[in-house]
Amino acid sequence: MAEIKLACEVIKQVEDICEKHGNKPGELINILHECQGLHGYLPEAMQRVIARKLSIPAAQVYGVVTFYSFFTMTPKGRHPISVCLGTACYVRGSEKLLEEIKRVLGIDVGETTPDGKFSLDCLRCVGACGLAPVMMIGEKVYGRMEPQDIRKVLEEFAD
Amino acid sequence: MRTLTVDDLAAIKKRAEKVLELREKSNALVTEESCGLEKGTGHLQILCCGGTGCKASESALIVENLKASLENHGISDKVDVITTGCFGFCEKGPIVKIIPDNTFYTQVKPSDAEEIVSEHILGGRKVERLLYVDPETQKHISDSKHMNFYGKQVRIALRNCGFIDPENIEEYIARDGYSALADSLFHRTPEEVIEMVKASGLRGRGGAGFPTGKKWEFSRAYQDDAKYVVCNADEGDPGAFMDRSIMEGDPHSILEAMTICGYCIGSHNGLIYIRAEYPLAVHRLQVALEQAKEYGFLGKDILGSGFDFDIEIRYGAGAFVCGEETALIHSMEGKRGEPTLKPPFPAESGYLGKPTNVNNVETLANIPIILTKGPEWFSSIGTEKSKGTKVFALAGKINNVGLIEVPMGTTLREIIYDIGGGVKNGKKFKAVQTGGPSGGCLTEKHLDIPIDYESLTAAGSMMGSGGMIVMDEDDCMVAIAKFYLEFIVGESCGKCTPCRIGNKRMLEILTRITEGKGEMKDLTMLKSLAEVIKDTALCGLGQTSPNPVLSTMNNFYEEYEEHVKKHKCRAKKCKALLTYTINPEKCRGCGICAKDCPANAIMGDVRKPHVINPYLCIRCGMCMSRCHFGAISVI
Repeated sequence: MAEIKLACEVIKQVEDICEKHGNKPGELINILHECQGLHGYLPEAMQRVIARKLSIPAAQVYGVVTFYSFFTMTPKGRHPISVCLGTACYVRGSEKLLEEIKRVLGIDVGETTPDGKFSLDCLRCVGACGLAPVMMIGEKVYGRMEPQDIRKVLEEFAD
Repeated sequence: MRTLTVDDLAAIKKRAEKVLELREKSNALVTEESCGLEKGTGHLQILCCGGTGCKASESALIVENLKASLENHGISDKVDVITTGCFGFCEKGPIVKIIPDNTFYTQVKPSDAEEIVSEHILGGRKVERLLYVDPETQKHISDSKHMNFYGKQVRIALRNCGFIDPENIEEYIARDGYSALADSLFHRTPEEVIEMVKASGLRGRGGAGFPTGKKWEFSRAYQDDAKYVVCNADEGDPGAFMDRSIMEGDPHSILEAMTICGYCIGSHNGLIYIRAEYPLAVHRLQVALEQAKEYGFLGKDILGSGFDFDIEIRYGAGAFVCGEETALIHSMEGKRGEPTLKPPFPAESGYLGKPTNVNNVETLANIPIILTKGPEWFSSIGTEKSKGTKVFALAGKINNVGLIEVPMGTTLREIIYDIGGGVKNGKKFKAVQTGGPSGGCLTEKHLDIPIDYESLTAAGSMMGSGGMIVMDEDDCMVAIAKFYLEFIVGESCGKCTPCRIGNKRMLEILTRITEGKGEMKDLTMLKSLAEVIKDTALCGLGQTSPNPVLSTMNNFYEEYEEHVKKHKCRAKKCKALLTYTINPEKCRGCGICAKDCPANAIMGDVRKPHVINPYLCIRCGMCMSRCHFGAISVI
């Protein structure tokens, strides 16, 4: 059994979540949703705790985590940025938007800035196609964005 | 939980109808008159769109400001502010509607709330600047009925969206809600209900178009100790938001339809599989579930009929393939969402190996009204083989982005030019993409085809779930095919080889072509690969994945050829094929382009024409957008 490096209280929380779902393997996706909601991401150690509680191989948990795009094994920034690459936004220029953000922040999709402030992701349709192209920072949606607006928007997050 | 009887339901309906009376009346009303408290109007209502699109434009704050302003004027008791589901006209959102004069305000900002209250609600004077301006006549239009956007629409699945408060079950009941359920439980056998659904001609709105009544009949035929009714709310099609809007605007219709389905097929368990990326829809469903349980429309002994049914929500986690029913079922079981071969169909062996009936959100939303108004009414709308209406999410390069519902048989031209208001910025129409990553691109010559399941498939596309993306002359069809293929490669579950490896090879070829490194034999290879994948992939996702490539090759072959032979992209989208140059006669040497160039690729002395170094240029187009003198061009 591999060693698990995770704070005691986090292990406890994860175990509680598993128990709340009756330690049922069928509840794996719901458990992962809750754990990610709690911790922000799903590190390997956490997946091992879940696997042990549900009595399934860690590989099975890992298989599910990596299958679904919603789950992540890397911590997100304090202000996660998601650029919509749905077709409606794509034809209205969201690719240019994405490139400008990459350039300004110096990170690629799926990465986090070294100071942990921003992370960058793509998503498929926010559902605000009338405002295309759109991006989200945290929960806030920014619509009708132009590449030149990026710097100004990011400067709002001076913390 | 309390057990409601049919009489109680009638009493609630009567009570709730009073609340909706004002809205129903004004809906039928066509008037230029405006109402206001000072003009003697007794009671007014303000409806504000609370769909995801309008919420992104701060519609929640508009509601707050409206309420605060009413409070300040001391008139909150005479005016209700109601958050509704999507009105559909997302391009002009946020939408605020005033009842009873039916004034339709567009692009409202939170700061406009005070003016709406003091001018319109109190004074009875419309706020002209917030009215919709007809692009042709330049006249202000205050009633949605006179807008081209709504003129040709028939709202059946969207009947309650933008009309009722989705978080208030009584408003749903007032609109005949749950009466179809009560009727079915007490006056019809399951077989009779299935016959009605069959007679209506309703077909699955998720993509394939399988007759819903037949599906129910199959599911009913299999006996087991447990059976499941599943609502497929995993809308993964990028740029499509039909199902989400229905769940946000009319969640009870889904719950009612699922319960009816449970009664028909002999199931007591319902599951809604929804994308976790739809927080608002999830919230509205949860509220609706609680209310339905509280009123006794879900749970044990529904309406005293002895029938038990309950519904749970299951979350997806972002996988396009989970829209395929077998993959969806595996995902609900907590596994990787990989599809399996059919048969066995879910009707025989689905969730946990039990008979399972999977229907899409829009399909279910049609069920209650079909049962209330009768199958003949429904089948009188539409074409010979496709009955009823279809909801489309109209987006892309079109003037009126939004959610629309039209009778089957409407032409693409009517949708794009009459409802959609034509192509944005007066550009030339090039293609319309239907059916998302599984569909295809249709061109000018297809615009007059009456749309239904068969005609779209015959034209090389498909109905799909209802995404409809309009493209103009600035869109490169090779790049679009590549865009969809990138999506497919990212979303392929990896189980079968044709989809996993075949699509990857196709993407490599397309990448070569868009980088100017393609050869003519690549085009032949692309086509033969596409045919093989179509024939051999395991599931619907794989079998339809080459459609965007095939349809663009069929309709825009000359563009592919140009990329390969002339290394030219006529839409100027494929970066590697572009060259930016500065016209020395127009350049004033102001230096703005050089200052803003992220690659430091522009050089020149002040007040002298500048030049772009093609080796350093990353072709981002920044210089072109900055130049005040139009000196920079791209070829």
